Amino acid sequence: MTQLTINNLTSQYDGKSVIRDLSLTLEGNEIVALLGPSGCGKTTLLRAIAGLQPISNGDITIGNQVISTSTHSLASEKRNIGMIFQDYALFPHLSVFENIAFGLKNMPKAEKELAVDEMLALVKLQGYQARFPHELSGGQQQRVAIARALAYKPQLMLLDEPFSNIDSQSRGEIMQEMRQILKQQQVPGVFVTHSKDEAFVFADKIAIFNDGKIEQIDKGSVLYNNPCSPYVANFMGKTNYVAINDRNETHISTCFGEHLLNDYEIPLTHNVMMLRPEQIIIDEQSDNKFEVIDCSFAGSHWVYRVQAVVEKTVIVEVHSHLLLDNQQVIGLSLNMMQLVTFNIEK
Amino acid sequence: MFIQLNKKWPAISWLLSLLLFLPLLAIVWQSFGDDQDVFTQLWATVLPDYLLNTSLVVFGVAILSVVIGVPVAWLVAMCQFPLRRFYVWGMLLPLAMPSYVVAFVYTDLLEYAGPIQTELRNYFGWETAQDYAFFDVRTLSGACVMLALVLYPYVYLLARTTFLEQSQSLTQSARLLGCSPWQSFWRVSLPLARPAIAIAVALVAMESLADFAVVNYFAVPTLTTAVYDTWLGYGSLAAAARLSVVMLAVLFVLISIERLGRNKQRHYQRGGGQETIIRHQLTGLKGIAASVFCGVIFMAGFGIPFISLLDMAVNYFDESWNGKFLEYSFNSLMLASMVAFICLVIAIVLGFFKRLSANKSGDLASKLASTGYALPGTVLAIGVLIPLSLFDHGINQFLESFGIDGPGLILSGTVFAIAAGYVVRFSAIAIGSVDSSLNKISPSIDMVSMTLGASPLNMLRRIHFPLIKKGCFAGVLLVFIESMKELPAALLLRPFDYETLATYVYQFVSDEQLEHGALAAIVIVVVGLIPLIFLNRSLEQQH
Repeated sequence: MTQLTINNLTSQYDGKSVIRDLSLTLEGNEIVALLGPSGCGKTTLLRAIAGLQPISNGDITIGNQVISTSTHSLASEKRNIGMIFQDYALFPHLSVFENIAFGLKNMPKAEKELAVDEMLALVKLQGYQARFPHELSGGQQQRVAIARALAYKPQLMLLDEPFSNIDSQSRGEIMQEMRQILKQQQVPGVFVTHSKDEAFVFADKIAIFNDGKIEQIDKGSVLYNNPCSPYVANFMGKTNYVAINDRNETHISTCFGEHLLNDYEIPLTHNVMMLRPEQIIIDEQSDNKFEVIDCSFAGSHWVYRVQAVVEKTVIVEVHSHLLLDNQQVIGLSLNMMQLVTFNIEK
Repeated sequence: MFIQLNKKWPAISWLLSLLLFLPLLAIVWQSFGDDQDVFTQLWATVLPDYLLNTSLVVFGVAILSVVIGVPVAWLVAMCQFPLRRFYVWGMLLPLAMPSYVVAFVYTDLLEYAGPIQTELRNYFGWETAQDYAFFDVRTLSGACVMLALVLYPYVYLLARTTFLEQSQSLTQSARLLGCSPWQSFWRVSLPLARPAIAIAVALVAMESLADFAVVNYFAVPTLTTAVYDTWLGYGSLAAAARLSVVMLAVLFVLISIERLGRNKQRHYQRGGGQETIIRHQLTGLKGIAASVFCGVIFMAGFGIPFISLLDMAVNYFDESWNGKFLEYSFNSLMLASMVAFICLVIAIVLGFFKRLSANKSGDLASKLASTGYALPGTVLAIGVLIPLSLFDHGINQFLESFGIDGPGLILSGTVFAIAAGYVVRFSAIAIGSVDSSLNKISPSIDMVSMTLGASPLNMLRRIHFPLIKKGCFAGVLLVFIESMKELPAALLLRPFDYETLATYVYQFVSDEQLEHGALAAIVIVVVGLIPLIFLNRSLEQQH
């Protein structure tokens, strides 16, 4: 079932269009990450969905109900949307219990207590009812924020950089736990982040934002291996671009040799081929000789910058578990899965 | 900071600090004195009533200030309506208006022979006061209204800041959890503003506790007027000191409330303030209503009194512009300049001591030196008079024992007393502003200059002093202004035949002839407006 539909949305902030003609749909209980650098409009989109930001064109629908058009906007309090803010926005004058029960109006006391207990169990904070927000750690505050939003039984959860204030040691664990909770409660989510690593862990799909528009939306692995533009390619990770030296009907050739096109239709303007560092393999048998010019240790592997022995202008990054010396000459071959080419102006 | 200071510096600092703390000690000590008949008699007769009146005034003003200040603060901070930008600073202006001037103006306007009652009588054809009921200003409740009209800006200022600084994600969360804007105000914004409002109420209460001018003018006997009367009427310092101790006890409670509020505020206020505020747009009738509401309060607290003063000053210019006006202006100017300079020297000495002392002793010295600011003017005056008159009597007795004529009251009966009183009262302002500019200088600056071979005093002269010049200027200016405005301490401490602008104006207020002092009153108001310009500028920078 379609949970959220956004059609041709345009929204302005301080007189400038921050979101331009954007469309997005959310199916079932999936979690979509809005990924992009700061100032690209992803938080504005989140606020527009929450009704905290007016829109100037297009519409937003949740379930079957149109909640925002350029002329009509359903008040935030009537949208039944949960939102987790970057600072969690726990009410500092209320206890954990009162925070979670905040949205539960017109409910008998016993029922309220039951609902709060259930939520506390869900986020593993039993026994914390009487605490105040300033007595909790950052991670605990966030659990309360999730519990508060879920207690309200939202149709959709919005998360605005919720993990940026959590130290990197525990971030991964908390993200997985929160994801499980949302999945278990069957609540779809829109998640704003500027970290691709968070997006990979937390989301089912990732929408790459560029200047108020979605550049590409798909599963993380697709975005990584088959990006639609250098912008997406660069955002998803380290990339090498090697020049296409020659081409015919069936092949293109680069400094790594010839590559079969198969069904791939390469536009005439494309002049580079994209290679992820881990696609380049050290292979003594290969005739493509490169010299190591720089190396650094990255924990799980070594990162080498290597320069082609013949064509000195070609410098690429290679990831490997092998220990190499500076100025050592090595052979390189490719582990191609999918051909990706772009046009990059020199 | 671990820096060895010259030994004289701490000694001088402690001496200054203890001298400034002396009045408080003197009051407590004197209150145990043996001249208790007056106090006992007071306690048996009028004191319970005075206490009741004082409490009623303090509570009344506090409640009225909240009722006026909080809605205005919320409107100006969170809503957009016509003239909002003007009201942001316009609402501060009553702070410059002396309460006794406001009291006089309204008494004049609303009394039986005043223009309003006269117009009403003419219109309705009433003959005498028996024909109709009219609000009498010169009562306890009238005093509360007058004081609230000039004190509500404290509540406005602190509440507005706290509304602006509340993280917007909190109200947005409340909205998303099903609250209407109005509900989110009641359930989130207002409870979060409570500590700030408590702080403001404590300040307002302290000011109303200290008020002498309005209650005395309205003939509402309170503790302050009692202190004044026991000293000037009965000549009993001990009884005055005992009354002062009673006031100090009330003050202590109020300061505790203020501290409690500040502690709580730390949890309630988290950063914030960086986001652009999305204000509720009040259009049409709602906007006009908001604007009129703020306008009425502005006119009541500042507009009407100021226009009345201008009107009087123009009509009675020849009577007001005379030798006395010039003489008393000069008195005030000289006194305020001298006090400002002395306070600055004290602030610099104590400020550097605090900065360079390795332990908390510098901090303690500054705190002791700052206690005078919290004391009501009348109480402070008694505290200053006790040691000064002791000294004078001692000198005279000592000389007379040798058969020489004593020099008379060389300290307590001269300008020295009033200057000393002002220094004790206003040092805290200079200390605060020097301190805050010193705190802005990173400690690593000290370390760098020490490692580059500067001696401590050398460093203070070459590094710190140039960097705190602005703070020094602000401190001097504020002390100067406060000294120009101060009334109750001046009334008790001035020598015979010596007037400041404030006492001169108050004389006319008491004699119901403010017309003749209108020019002087305008000078006081205009001087009082200066710090508001600075305050407003710093508020605009914040938001």
